[in-house]
Amino acid sequence: MNAQPSLIMFGVFVGITLVVTYWASGQSTTSRGFYTAHRRIGGLQNGWAIAGDYMSAASFLGITGLVAFYGFDGFMYSVGWLVAYLAVLFLVAEQLRNTGKYTMADLISFRLRGRGVRAIAAVSTLAITLFYMIAQMVGSGLVVNLLLPQFPDYVAIGAVGVLMLVYVLFGGMLATTWVQIIKAALLLATAFLLTLLVLAHYNFSLGAFLNAATKVPVLGNATNLLQPGLLYHGPLGAWNLISLGLALVLGTAGLPHILMRFFTVPSAKAARISVAWAMVLVGAFYLTTSFMGLGAATIVGQEHIGKRMYAGQAIQYIAHHPEEQQKLDNQLAHDGYIVPVANNNLAAPLLAGNLGGPLLTAFVAAVAFATILAVVAGLTITASSTFAHDIWFNLIRNGKGDETEQLFVARATAIIVGALSIALSVVLRGFNVAFLVGLAFAVAASANVPVILLSLWWRRFSRGGAIAGMVSGLVSSLALIAISPVAMGSHAIFPLDNPGLISIPIGLLGAIVGTLVAPDRSSEQMFDQLQVRATTGLGAEV
Amino acid sequence: MLVQHRQIAPEEWNALAAEPEFRELVAARRRFVIPATLFFIVYYLALPVSVGFAPQFMSRAVLGPLTLAYCFALSQFPMAWILMAAYLWRARRFDLDAARIRHRETHEIKG
Repeated sequence: MNAQPSLIMFGVFVGITLVVTYWASGQSTTSRGFYTAHRRIGGLQNGWAIAGDYMSAASFLGITGLVAFYGFDGFMYSVGWLVAYLAVLFLVAEQLRNTGKYTMADLISFRLRGRGVRAIAAVSTLAITLFYMIAQMVGSGLVVNLLLPQFPDYVAIGAVGVLMLVYVLFGGMLATTWVQIIKAALLLATAFLLTLLVLAHYNFSLGAFLNAATKVPVLGNATNLLQPGLLYHGPLGAWNLISLGLALVLGTAGLPHILMRFFTVPSAKAARISVAWAMVLVGAFYLTTSFMGLGAATIVGQEHIGKRMYAGQAIQYIAHHPEEQQKLDNQLAHDGYIVPVANNNLAAPLLAGNLGGPLLTAFVAAVAFATILAVVAGLTITASSTFAHDIWFNLIRNGKGDETEQLFVARATAIIVGALSIALSVVLRGFNVAFLVGLAFAVAASANVPVILLSLWWRRFSRGGAIAGMVSGLVSSLALIAISPVAMGSHAIFPLDNPGLISIPIGLLGAIVGTLVAPDRSSEQMFDQLQVRATTGLGAEV
Repeated sequence: MLVQHRQIAPEEWNALAAEPEFRELVAARRRFVIPATLFFIVYYLALPVSVGFAPQFMSRAVLGPLTLAYCFALSQFPMAWILMAAYLWRARRFDLDAARIRHRETHEIKG
C-alpha cells in the first residue's frame, strides 16, 4: 500500500496537536498546571477527553476485529466497557475529585496514612500504566507494520514514543487533554462514517445487513455471527465469559489514567457530568463496533482480513509453503493477493478500503495511529505524576521540595517512562496486545478496586487491610495470568484466560483479612473526615 | 465558590459527620447508589451467565434474525444510559444539600 496519504493525514493531526501543545506550554509551568491543567477543564471537555483516553487501539481495532471473527462474543467487550462506567459514576468519580489532589494513591492514603499504603498504590499504578502503555505501543507497531510494510515496527514505536513525550513534556495535562479531545472526535467521526457506509452497502436495510451476518462463510461453513459461543465455548466457556465480564466491568474504576482525569475538573459536579458525557460518547462508539465488525465479516470476508501479499511476495511465500500451495494459488488467481495468516486487528482498515478505497484506508490508519498516540500520552502523564508526586515528593522527600523540583522530577520521569516503554515495547513486540491489556484490567480490578471501595465505604478498613488487599490482588492476578492459557498455551495450569473470577475475590478477601488481623484506630477516626469531604466537597482541592 | 481556608480539627469533622443534615445526605445517596449498583451488576452479569450456561436458549432469533443474546447485549446500552440519567437527576438534590452544608460550615468559620 502507498504510505503517502496515511503519512500526510497523520502529519496534519500531529501538526494541529503540536500547535495545541505550544499554546498549552505556557500554562504548564507549575506542578498543579502540569498534572491537572489547573483544574479548569469543563465537564463536557473532560467527558470527551475521558472518551479519548478510553477508546484505545484495543477498542477500535481490537473489538472490531473480534466482532468480525467471533460476532456476539466479541461484542461482549463493548458491553462490559460501557457498563463499567456506572461503577465509576456511582462509586468513584465525585469522591475522588473531592478528596484527592493529583493521584489515585491520594484517595487511598487519605485516611490510611502511611508510607507502605502509598508506596504499594504507586507501584500498582505504575504496573497497570506500563502494561497498558506497552500494549498500545506494540499495537502501533502492528498497525504500521501491516499497513505500511516499508516501515519496520520499531520505527512506529519510536515515533509514537517521541511524539507523546513532546506533548507531555511541553504541554502537560492541558495539551494531553486536547490531544485526547481531538482524537476522540476523529475516532467517533470515523466510526460513524464506516457505520454509515456499511448500512449504505445494504441500501440502508437493517434486515438485509443482519441476515448477511447470519450466514458468514467461516472455513467453508455458513456461520451465524449473531449467536453466542463462537469464541467462548466448551466446558469452561461460561466461566471464561464470567471472569472476563467481571474484570471488564470492575477494572475501569481502578484504571489510574481514567481516575486521573477527575482531578482536571473544578468540582465533583463537573466530574459527574464528565462521566455522563463519556458514557454517551463511549456508548455510541461501542454500538458502532457491531456495525464495523459485522460489516467487515460480511463485506470484506474473514479470509481477506490479514496482511495481504501481492505478486512477487506472494509467489515467494507460496514457494516456501508448498503444503498450502493449492489454496493460496487459488486465492492469488482469484483476488490478486494472498492472506496467509488471518489478523483480525486489520478488520477496520480493510473494511474502509472495501467501502471507500485506499484513501479511506489511509485515513483510518492515520486515525488508528492518532488514537494510540493520545492514549499513550495520557498514560505517560499518569505514570510521571505518580512517580513525582507519590514516590518522589511524598515518600523520598517526605513532602518537602519545591515546585521547581517537583516539576523537574515529573518531566524527567516522563522521559524515563517514555524511554522505558519504547525499549520494553520493542522487546515485547511479539506479545499479544489483548494479553497485555487484559493484564492491566485484571490488575486494576483485583488490586485497586476493592481497596478504593473499602476505603470509601468501610469505617474499620485499616492500613494493614489496604496493603494486604493491594498486594494479594496484584500478586494473584499477575501469577494467575502467568500460568493461564494466554501465557502458557495448552500447558496452562490455570484454565481461565482472565484471572478476574479468582483474583478479584482474593484482592477483596486480602483487604478484609488484613483489616481484621491489623486493625488501626487512627485510620478509623479519619473515616468521618473522609466521608464528610467526599460527600460534601468541603475542603476539596481547588 | 466557597473555599475552605482553615484547617478543621479532627473532632470538628467528627461532629460534622454526626449532624442530622449530613446523615440524611449520606443516607439519601446510599438509597440511590446501593440499589442502582446492585441492579446494574446483576443485570450485566446475567448476560455472560445466561449466554454461558444456556447458549441454545440465548441463540434463538427473536427480533428478525437478531438472537436473544444480542438483544440482551444491546439492551445494556439503554440500561446504562437510563441509570446514568436517573443518577444525574437525583444528584441535583445531593448538590443542593451538599452546597448548603458547605455554605453553613464556611460561614460559621468566617463569622
